[in-house]
Amino acid sequence: MVEQVRKLLDRKLKSVQELEQFQQTILKDKDLSQVTVSVCGGTGCRASGAQDVVDAFSEEIEKRELQVKIDFKETGCHGFCERGPVVVIGPKKIFYQHVKPEDVPEIITETVLNGKVVPRLLYTDPATEKQITHESDVPFYARQMRLIMGTNGEIDPTEIAQYIAAGGYSALAKVFQQMNPDKIINEITKSGLRGRGGGGFPTGRKWQSCRTAEGDTKYVICNADEGDPGAYPDRSILEGNPHSIIEGMIIGAYAIGAHQGIIYVRNEYPLAVEHARTAIDQATDYGLLGENILGSGFDFTITINKGGGAFVCGESSALIASLEGKVGEPKAKYTHMSERGLWDNPSLLNNVKTWANVPLIINKGADWYSKIGTAGSKGTMIFSLVGKINNSGLVEVPMGITLREMIYDIGGGIPGGKKFKAVQTGGPSGGCIPEDYLDTPVDFDELTKLGSMMGSGGMIVMDEDTCMVDVARYFIDFLKGESCGKCTPCREGLATLSEILNRITHGEGKMEDLQTMEDIGEIMKMGALCALGRTAINPVSSTLKYFKDEYVAHIKDKKCPAGVCRELIEYEIDSEKCTGCGVCARACPTGAITGEKRQPHLINKEMCIKCGACFDVCKFGAVVKH
Amino acid sequence: MTKYWINGETAIEMNDAEDVNTVHFTVDDKDVLVSAGQTIYESLRHMDGIGVIPALCYHPAVRPYGACRLCTVEVSEDQGKSFKFVASCLYPAKNGQIIKTNTEKIRKLRKGIIEFLLARCPDVKVIQELAKEYGVEKPRFSLGNNECILCGLCVRICQENMGKSAISLVNRGIYKEVAAPFYAYELGSECIGCGDCAFVCPTGAITIGPDGKPILPKVKIPQAEVEAMMSEEKLSKS
Repeated sequence: MVEQVRKLLDRKLKSVQELEQFQQTILKDKDLSQVTVSVCGGTGCRASGAQDVVDAFSEEIEKRELQVKIDFKETGCHGFCERGPVVVIGPKKIFYQHVKPEDVPEIITETVLNGKVVPRLLYTDPATEKQITHESDVPFYARQMRLIMGTNGEIDPTEIAQYIAAGGYSALAKVFQQMNPDKIINEITKSGLRGRGGGGFPTGRKWQSCRTAEGDTKYVICNADEGDPGAYPDRSILEGNPHSIIEGMIIGAYAIGAHQGIIYVRNEYPLAVEHARTAIDQATDYGLLGENILGSGFDFTITINKGGGAFVCGESSALIASLEGKVGEPKAKYTHMSERGLWDNPSLLNNVKTWANVPLIINKGADWYSKIGTAGSKGTMIFSLVGKINNSGLVEVPMGITLREMIYDIGGGIPGGKKFKAVQTGGPSGGCIPEDYLDTPVDFDELTKLGSMMGSGGMIVMDEDTCMVDVARYFIDFLKGESCGKCTPCREGLATLSEILNRITHGEGKMEDLQTMEDIGEIMKMGALCALGRTAINPVSSTLKYFKDEYVAHIKDKKCPAGVCRELIEYEIDSEKCTGCGVCARACPTGAITGEKRQPHLINKEMCIKCGACFDVCKFGAVVKH
Repeated sequence: MTKYWINGETAIEMNDAEDVNTVHFTVDDKDVLVSAGQTIYESLRHMDGIGVIPALCYHPAVRPYGACRLCTVEVSEDQGKSFKFVASCLYPAKNGQIIKTNTEKIRKLRKGIIEFLLARCPDVKVIQELAKEYGVEKPRFSLGNNECILCGLCVRICQENMGKSAISLVNRGIYKEVAAPFYAYELGSECIGCGDCAFVCPTGAITIGPDGKPILPKVKIPQAEVEAMMSEEKLSKS
């Protein structure tokens, strides 16, 4: 025990010089020509079996008693989730995709030991049909600007030494050596950084008002309660590079004079919680958290608070209520959080992505940072590009890139030769943007102008098989259950919208419903208490604006043009095309399809539950949907 | 010299003194002077000559909550350049504000909220009266059979004034409701039978039973279901 304590004390870095020395020692020991094997250990790749690949590598390396030393690590999310599990072999950064445990011996023999490439595991560009060897040449990565996500693929998030070796905590060192709080805030203000949680509030101004707010106790809080369906950039940063957030939070705390930090993270993110906890423990061991950080005389600690999974707790005042142990309901924000937040003390609440930007700005300077992006939105933004898209995953792009570049150049377009229909941005209370606006530059203001929003980085691509009424219904149903239910316009408005949209998708809509929904939207925008209620109409209003004809088709013709709404579609077998193979009859769960062998089959419409199983299995295109 | 309205008919003229104990602002084109430290709704509540601002979730005995949103007004803090919608029961009255309590937009908002409430609770008298006043005839949506509008007054008075928290708002979104702990049918020993909850309830959703204890609005998840859930858990554990 005594020995352990001594060891702990020994590891503490007592000054900025010691931190720099420590970094130098690690770098000196590091052989740059050494082969590195990075397996993506993000939740996305884990879901496609990365853990087995990691185990296979460890086993194989141990079994072979290799002469060459390999730097093997399980890193954070690389972003290209579509192709997981992803393995990158350094120093040349050979990019392997869809790696299975069986491939591991071959990778070690060929690539690691002999420097040869295994062509079968390479990425093939669907556009040119060429195989691509190196990570940076893959179109998915080539068009990105991975300022924040880049480090994810380089380091093992559970090893603080790797973060320090990659230049970590040097922003903190710079702050302690060269900057006072006013200078830090000035730098953040000058950089033009805006809150990445969706609101887009200027971060520098928030910090300034929190610094000037009266109060002995102040708090620094990281909002990692990411709840948008289909969006996961916050999770990936917290999993893959937790120290960047800790470093940002220390700098923020130093700037406003806070000594306590809290990371509010969803309980549904077990890996993020685990990695954040490890990172906090290690940072404390190294003297980067705790008392007298790096001999500066500044004290700061961070605790983790796990959220119960309510979407509304990502809203700042609801998050504070939840932290205080109360019901997660938003409060009116007539006094700012930066003046009266947690326990009525000044609190600085920023999103994960915002915190991750802080060390970058301090290191490289506000002038450099403000050159990236558009006039009103600076820096990069991380989007989770999902839905009907070839390359789904996390993409980090400079603000101002067009939607078309994101979807076609980075995302690789729509799979199966289908036609693009819309892209939904900003999470459940964002809007759907149609093809006509694909050349819009992506930033806070432009997306708001289109009736959508930046949100927390969700971007769902939809193709011609998506019914826009059904999309609106889905998001309203989500919000109906996730609204806190406190204020009348939001609670009753969403319940009513859901009722109307469900009626329309069941073919029981009336034309007056469209006006009613617009009226409800207006009431919610004017009257709702928090941003959730005020923006909840966006999925309906944007689809009504750009896809009104689909609503009309549902109501007047009782047809779902995309063939999604079950009540409005029918399946039929084209007797000319049907070969009578019987596959559909076997697939039908209700036995609704009958027919003699090698004779055209028939669907009994009474028994058909419109599940589409026959449509999916028929190889001859004989099952038609209309 | 500025003219200050004491009530609807009488006005006094006085100097604009720098007084920290008073707040001076404009409501519907009338200058008013009120004690500092109040919300807009509180300061206007008893003032004659200012139209009545409707509110269902406000009660002077408890802290304002801002749930019903009927008291929403338009406020400008930049000499009328821009107006925003705020819940007057929560928004502090400040010097120099221009407040409008009865614009076309505000009336539309209140009408909309009343339509929602009438659809939720078609048989509640106070809502029917509001509907009449604001010209809501029949809601365009399907009707419910609730009496409770989830204003939270009962819960707040039980917690803030009695220090008991014998009842609470449970669940979220459209599933929110007032219930006793663990969805019990009858209130347990936490309830001291003071009857405050029934007293503050604006819609009469809570009544006092023969044993002196309040009868809460009917909950959506019946006790039998909760018991079933708990017994299943017990079974799986044993």
